[in-house]
Amino acid sequence: MGAIMSFVGVLALVLIAILGAKANLHLVFGVLFPYAAVLTLLIGLTVRVVRWAKSPVPFRIPTTCGQQKSLPWIKHSRIENPTTIWGVLVRMFFEVFLFRSLFRNTKIEMHKGPHLAQGSSKWLWMAGLAFHWSFLIILIRHLRFFTEEVPFAVSVTEYLDSFLQIGVPLLYMTDLVILGAITFLYFRRVIIPQVSYISLPADYFPLVLIFSIAGSGVLMRYFTKTHIVGVKAYTMSLVSLRPMMSMPEGVGTIFWVHLFLVCVLFVYFPWSKLVHMAGVFMSPTRNMANNSRIVRHVNPWQTKYKGRTYVDYENDFREKMISVGVPVEKQESESAEPAAEKE
Amino acid sequence: MAKQPKPEELAKVDYTPPMTAWMDTPAVLKPGNFCNAAKEKSLQLLDMPNPRTWSAKDDDWKLPDNWKEIVLEGLRERLDKYRSLRVFMDICVRCGACADKCHFFIGTGDPKNMPVLRAELLRSIYRKEFTTAGKILGRFAGAREMSLDVLKEWWYYFFQCTECRRCSVFCPYGIDQAEITMVGRELLNLLGLNIDWIMGPASACYHKGNHLGLEPHTFKSSIEFFLDDIEEITGIRPEPTFNRKGAEILFVTPSGDVFADPGTYTCMGYLLLFHELGLDYTWSTYASEGGNFGFFTSMDVAQKLNYKIYAEAKRLGVKWILGGECGHMWRVLNQYMDTWNGPADFLEVPTSPITGTRFDAAKSTKMIHIAEFTADLMRHGKLKLDPSRNDNKILTWHDSCNTARGMGFFEEPRYVLKKVVNNFYEMPENTIREKTFCCGSGSGLNASENMDIRLKGGLPRANAVKYVNEKFGVNFVGNICAIDRAALTTSIDYWAPGVRVTGLHELVGNALVMEGEKKRTSDLRGEPLPGCEAEE
Repeated sequence: MGAIMSFVGVLALVLIAILGAKANLHLVFGVLFPYAAVLTLLIGLTVRVVRWAKSPVPFRIPTTCGQQKSLPWIKHSRIENPTTIWGVLVRMFFEVFLFRSLFRNTKIEMHKGPHLAQGSSKWLWMAGLAFHWSFLIILIRHLRFFTEEVPFAVSVTEYLDSFLQIGVPLLYMTDLVILGAITFLYFRRVIIPQVSYISLPADYFPLVLIFSIAGSGVLMRYFTKTHIVGVKAYTMSLVSLRPMMSMPEGVGTIFWVHLFLVCVLFVYFPWSKLVHMAGVFMSPTRNMANNSRIVRHVNPWQTKYKGRTYVDYENDFREKMISVGVPVEKQESESAEPAAEKE
Repeated sequence: MAKQPKPEELAKVDYTPPMTAWMDTPAVLKPGNFCNAAKEKSLQLLDMPNPRTWSAKDDDWKLPDNWKEIVLEGLRERLDKYRSLRVFMDICVRCGACADKCHFFIGTGDPKNMPVLRAELLRSIYRKEFTTAGKILGRFAGAREMSLDVLKEWWYYFFQCTECRRCSVFCPYGIDQAEITMVGRELLNLLGLNIDWIMGPASACYHKGNHLGLEPHTFKSSIEFFLDDIEEITGIRPEPTFNRKGAEILFVTPSGDVFADPGTYTCMGYLLLFHELGLDYTWSTYASEGGNFGFFTSMDVAQKLNYKIYAEAKRLGVKWILGGECGHMWRVLNQYMDTWNGPADFLEVPTSPITGTRFDAAKSTKMIHIAEFTADLMRHGKLKLDPSRNDNKILTWHDSCNTARGMGFFEEPRYVLKKVVNNFYEMPENTIREKTFCCGSGSGLNASENMDIRLKGGLPRANAVKYVNEKFGVNFVGNICAIDRAALTTSIDYWAPGVRVTGLHELVGNALVMEGEKKRTSDLRGEPLPGCEAEE
């Protein structure tokens, strides 16, 4: 259901962009939307992060995935079970850049016997990594449209991304990889019964949306050969806060679609599951050191507990304790305090 | 209880999800899959809200009129108190990596037992009540209204999660279903919806000092009862003390060790070891519980139950605390105790009186695990051991969930067991250490009325045991968890008959060559030692 609806939804968005282009509503699509989208993304994401940050982390709850630090002669797993900030940073690095946890993925199969087989299953990890890295590289490449002089890092990225030296203009590998990876992730969601069962429209929609953004970009670069100088003039006008009042000649309708879909993605981002991008850094099971036996972790809202004390206990059981020779504080039970049940 | 089907029958798991979407598929409470309701009296003892007599089997759960308000207000409060909850509510992408990592999903095929969907049960309400997208888009954004059906679904599935954290190891964002289950259970507790198997022990522990409800004289006599057996087997009679002021060490272990086989043999192991070392230690009848069933109830109750350990250490004036073999107890001691009831500034950093080793890794909590303590003794060659006494045992090792994923306690017990057992084989890599499978009955679910789900949830663990049983002839599973010792016995007996369960210090107790002992002919279970069979 969500799988098809997402298509319909994105198709509708594409149509809106085309209509916008036909009606030449540049001030809306070319100026208002981009600025509003960027603002929404920045403010929305900040609000989200601040809201997370406002909730404290009352307990030290890392998920430990390796040997704890204990006796000096026992090899401590400094990364999978860190006790220091450095260990945590390395653990987070592996998590964010290499998807360490997803790399552990296994798949079960129940055979007759019963015999439960578990094998390594790296497809999700591979596709996820391919998708996210491609996205990042494409994003970096796009910086060329937002800087007067192309930064060295961007040129290097472009050079490496096109090192196969195929075609004119040169083929960027990430363009193929991102489309392939999204296709895989989409069909995985549709085909695997369990994943399909848990999938919401909100799971398909971003995939279709990002696929369409990448697809429209590919069309512009390799097929319709959009007037790239015009595009840069336009994007630089946005950056310099002196936006052009009309789209330059030769930029074409597909660019309008590309731009509008990016705006939609930016607006959609902070209200959706895509916030995992920021959230992964704030996950207490990953970003905390397992050092709560070494250093006391303080909970800001912890209240001290005073209730069932030893005195209450002894008052309840004094005679029984005396009868078997367990030492007591008071010899006879003169106290008639209403002990046990507090209050 | 209904008769259990044959293992081959129970293992026929249908993984096909229902035809209807999960939001349109209300939970059906199947007998054998849920526990009896908590008793009114237990709730009253712990001052918990809405105590009453009710049953999950009835249509009417006798909820307070404003139950919905209570739940939503409770959720709001917890979102402000726990970053874990807030973040985990927002960032799940439903990739499904966690799905087949849960023993309950593997054993039942019920999609609501996939951690992701178990979390969505709560997340859908969160979206409806606390997010803009959910309020506007409703079901498109995965939001739904809170209703009585949802509440019952929560109760059913949050008490079908053992808080083992295995899903959290595989989640790319570290989303920990245990955190969500814990909050879910807290919300249910606001309405007095707990299970008897948890609230019974929790209230007993509060009042009498331990989950089993052993009063001081009974607690003492239970331990003294072991002394007769020990004397018969070894010719030595240890002299444990109770509530003794001025002892150097307070020893705290789960009360299951004192009461139920095979934990009792582990307890005998402790007694032998401490006697041989001449350790200046004491038991406490007041702090006579290491485990914490409050942890399966709410943070508040957990803190109350845990309070006694430091309080008693202070009263008795001991220098530091030694803890026995238990799973969730050690997650609590590692990740919660100091925060709740510390700082333990009246104690000293634990230092072994035998080897002089200072346990700096427990510098703040001042409490160490007996496996660390024993490993250190062995490392320094302070124990005379005869591992051949365990030669009739072919051992495999089960890492307990909480010590594995809430602490990282892997090498210490292995070091110890390799010193006392000659035949040891690991289970397959994906089922041990941080990837270990739950026994299927953790977090207070080891009742008898829910045997069906316990056995299903126990399948992945037991199946790996069966594998090493067939391949290497393994006939014993060792572990350091009281719930494992009770629960695995049942589940392995069902799935891998012929394999038995043992604690670590039972093996130590068997191998320990004590000064002045008579020639041993039987192990701590009273069964003949290898080579002594004929003499029986």
